[in-house]
Amino acid sequence: MPDSVIFGMEVFLNGLMAGVLYALVALGFVLIYKASGIFNYAQGVLALFAALTLVGIMEGQVPFGHLINAVFGTNLHHFGWEVPALLAIALTALVMVGLAWVVNRLVFHHLVGQDPIILFMATIGLAYFLEGFGDVTWGADIRKLDVGLPQGLNPWIDEVTYNLFGYGFFIDNLDLVATVVAAILVVALVAFAQYSKHGRAMRAVADDHQAALSVGISLNFIWVMVWSLAGFVALVAGIMWGTKMGVQFSLSLIALKALPVLMLGGFTSIPGAIVGGLIIGVGEKMFEFAIGPLVGGATENWFAYMLALVFLVFRPQGLFGEKIIERV
Amino acid sequence: MLDAAPRDETVLEVNNIEVIYNHVILVLKGVSLSVPKGGITALLGGNGAGKTTTLKAISNLLKSERGEVTKGTIAYRGERVQDLLPSDLVQKGVVQVMEGRHCFEHLTIEENLLTGAYTRRASRGEIDADLNMVYDYFPRLKERRRSQAGYTSGGEQQMCAIGRALMSRPETILLDEPSMGLAPQLVEQIFEIVKSLNEQEGYTFLLAEQNTNVALRFAHYGYILESGRVVMDGEAAALRENPDVKEFYLGMSDEGRKSFRDVRSYRRRKRWLS
Repeated sequence: MPDSVIFGMEVFLNGLMAGVLYALVALGFVLIYKASGIFNYAQGVLALFAALTLVGIMEGQVPFGHLINAVFGTNLHHFGWEVPALLAIALTALVMVGLAWVVNRLVFHHLVGQDPIILFMATIGLAYFLEGFGDVTWGADIRKLDVGLPQGLNPWIDEVTYNLFGYGFFIDNLDLVATVVAAILVVALVAFAQYSKHGRAMRAVADDHQAALSVGISLNFIWVMVWSLAGFVALVAGIMWGTKMGVQFSLSLIALKALPVLMLGGFTSIPGAIVGGLIIGVGEKMFEFAIGPLVGGATENWFAYMLALVFLVFRPQGLFGEKIIERV
Repeated sequence: MLDAAPRDETVLEVNNIEVIYNHVILVLKGVSLSVPKGGITALLGGNGAGKTTTLKAISNLLKSERGEVTKGTIAYRGERVQDLLPSDLVQKGVVQVMEGRHCFEHLTIEENLLTGAYTRRASRGEIDADLNMVYDYFPRLKERRRSQAGYTSGGEQQMCAIGRALMSRPETILLDEPSMGLAPQLVEQIFEIVKSLNEQEGYTFLLAEQNTNVALRFAHYGYILESGRVVMDGEAAALRENPDVKEFYLGMSDEGRKSFRDVRSYRRRKRWLS
């Protein structure tokens, strides 16, 4: 087998893995969009905030440390304990639920029945607020996140592929873990939305706020639930991305990569987020591998958006998006 | 006329309510009505008379449309209910079927029906039994149970909306404009079902309807609303025979066809308009 085909296969696999990570971010968007028709610009920042909180809790950092020190002249930084990863993740999940409640209470509760563009603007405001709030609470340094996930070359794949092709593929263990986690998350979320009472209510709210109210569904409860779920998904994405590239401001920018994923998969489809993520991941890696050298490289920056544009023209609801039902 | 027959137990009492939208638009200017248990009460009147607003004031759906009850009281079984959430009211047994049906388009018919049972803490078995009850009344829905509601016909959507309300095991159903956009035959069919639900299952209905003719044939008691006020009320049979109702709402008159000159004099004859 020629080398380029073997390299291509490796690139393909790595593209799949990268796609899963994009999909994890896109999932959060889909959840909120499905239940409230809001395009949540703050989803990326939510992931950053979740990761920051997780690191802070694990290291036993004093929240608002800098602020307290500046006001009271104290010198607090750490409580002096370390919280085990699993407990810290559970605590962070609780913080995200609390955040969902507060956001709903202070912002979206007052915007029921407003135009989507107004809700969208509110999420932009929320994104910048959370960014600053994260800094104030946990500091602005780049942090290392290690919750004990395996990282580095997977020796088993390396060995198998070496025996097959005479060339060992480099697949990161972390990416494999992310794939498994994403698969579990998607199956769980789809089952929840499709078959549970609250999942059904969530879809009902997405279709018609007024009618949902009239059958006794509480919009507040559903919205807090959905924002909590999105917060939890953001936490998972934050853990994966944070472990990979450190917890830092640029984590919030991965949200921009989720946008083309959503256009491909459809804003309303949970499986769509995954398939869209995979196509974008594989597409941009393969494109860079095959065409990149011809056009001077750096195609990964724009390939996803170009693909999304093509989809917008030919299939605006995305691959799996809900058809817009219009009867004449 | 009001005292013609001894009234049964009243479940819903609306007392002189005033409703204002957006803090400025006065829509209801003092509406009072009472709904007896186990009856079909009709709320009649033209476009913009305030029928829908009255129903929404009762079911507390006004808040999401920036409307509010500024005066008067609404009591269900003697208890003041106007500060409750819509979901509390559903739990107390009052459910509204909204004008224009409002099915959840992307959910299947069966899923639509199941959302109706959202507020209940019932076992799967009980809910299945109720589903079958709804399917017995609306066999059409059983055939279409797996279709997305958005793709079903107007009549099927109306049935779905009523069936969904039944799934909450209500006591009182507020039915808003069930005839809207439906063929006369279907309207008849829907009202027949309402009647049998009332007689066989004992549901209390308060229905808002523009189709005075059909509504008065099926209802027991009627209120006529005009620009936010109740201008007349009485037993349905009596309203049907009332010359004013005949002229203004049923399009009939004793004197046969009239010329336009006489039509204009209708306005002057509306002596009960306050």
